[in-house]
Amino acid sequence: MDINEKEYKKYCAGRAKKSPVFKDTFAAFICGGAICAFAEGLKALYGMTSLPEDTVKMLVPVTLVFLAALSTGLGVFDDFAKFAGAGTLVPITGFANAVVSPAMDDKSEGLIMGVGAKMFTIAGPVIVYGVLSSALYGVIYWLCEVLL
Amino acid sequence: MRVKKLNRKPSLIGWGSVVGKRESEGPLSDDFDIHDKGECFGMNTWEKAESEMQRIALNTALAKAKMGAESIEAVFAGDLQNQCVSSVFGLADFGAPFFGLYGACSTFAEALLLSAMLVDGGNFDTCAAVTSSHFCVAERQYRFPLEYGGQRTPTAQRTVTGAGAAIISSANGNFPRITEVMPGRIVNKGIKDANNMGAAMAPAAIDTIRDYFNETGYSPEDFDLILTGDLGAEGHATAMDYLLGYGIDLRKNYSDCGLMIYDINRQDMHAGGSGCGCSASVICGHIMKRFEKGELKNVLYVATGALMSPSTSKQGLSIPGIAHLVRIEAGRR
Repeated sequence: MDINEKEYKKYCAGRAKKSPVFKDTFAAFICGGAICAFAEGLKALYGMTSLPEDTVKMLVPVTLVFLAALSTGLGVFDDFAKFAGAGTLVPITGFANAVVSPAMDDKSEGLIMGVGAKMFTIAGPVIVYGVLSSALYGVIYWLCEVLL
Repeated sequence: MRVKKLNRKPSLIGWGSVVGKRESEGPLSDDFDIHDKGECFGMNTWEKAESEMQRIALNTALAKAKMGAESIEAVFAGDLQNQCVSSVFGLADFGAPFFGLYGACSTFAEALLLSAMLVDGGNFDTCAAVTSSHFCVAERQYRFPLEYGGQRTPTAQRTVTGAGAAIISSANGNFPRITEVMPGRIVNKGIKDANNMGAAMAPAAIDTIRDYFNETGYSPEDFDLILTGDLGAEGHATAMDYLLGYGIDLRKNYSDCGLMIYDINRQDMHAGGSGCGCSASVICGHIMKRFEKGELKNVLYVATGALMSPSTSKQGLSIPGIAHLVRIEAGRR
């Protein structure tokens, strides 16, 4: 048929409703900030105990991961994330959700090929490229130390 | 000629529609036969739930047609699941000869079209067309896990949890009848955004509708309603815009099943509904009810489908569309 492909693509790009960038960014800023402020609060709270500082620093992300996983399981995380966007995605909460949600979905395919195999379909790339870039960073750091 | 006139005018003697919670909360709520309070239909997996919807839809249609499963000489069915398993598991117990179809969201029109042509040709006396889609199954297969916390773009459509079944027969009597069909062509205009299916499918709808009016010489005013499958807000506006450019003015009586099934603003459904169950449940629920009441007498139903898979999208291929046309008219032969 005679619809010009280039013109059609341009037409569609022109008329497609855009995401509300300002609203999304603002919501992400507020929600992401609130999560981080909450984490700071946790740190202060744990700091009041006799626990050593290293343990406190470990307990804060552990608590956040636990809360994100729990709220994913209760089915409320996605409702909050729909509003918060990158605000829940960027902190460690997003990572917890990315592991728990496929595990829940694929439970029906069994513990090995379902939960075990598919748990990291979303978080997998983050782990692979996270580890890879930390190794690269290590090499650069080592080179700097040797050369400078 | 792409338009096929069906001289024996096969009749639609029974229909059944089944939907999930969100669809039952939408504007067409009262028109569906059966809905579930959630998405499970008493099953422990969503895949089984979708099969169950097909089973209930066909049973409802058979009950309305006052006939048993043994009367069905062929069933044409499809869904969005890999290997069309929802249809297989949902319809196996009926024991009817089975054809599995895949036309993405256009599958219901494809099933109606094939059933009607085979009944018209005298090969079969009674056929069934059944299709379904399930939001949770489609999310798992095509997008992200259900509880994954992400945001959707405004152009994205929601896969309808729903199923529709219709019995197509050579019977006489006062029934809605399929009088014309036009098989769709695969049309690819280079759209790659899987979150804008409306844009990907609209060229196919434009191709089918334009050729239909050109070949038959009818004008849009000759119909009570012109209904596309599930182009959603984007595709609906695009199709209307382009067709106007070809001199076909659809502004008065053109709607889209994907826009009708949800209250887009109140239910926050972005660009509307989609999926094999979308137009199937709207046709077998809402549209057939209006035929029964005598509100509709002549409807052009053009179901659209986006023919892609998650793999083709990841590999950067664009999304081809297809649009099959079925004309439904009220009355006797």
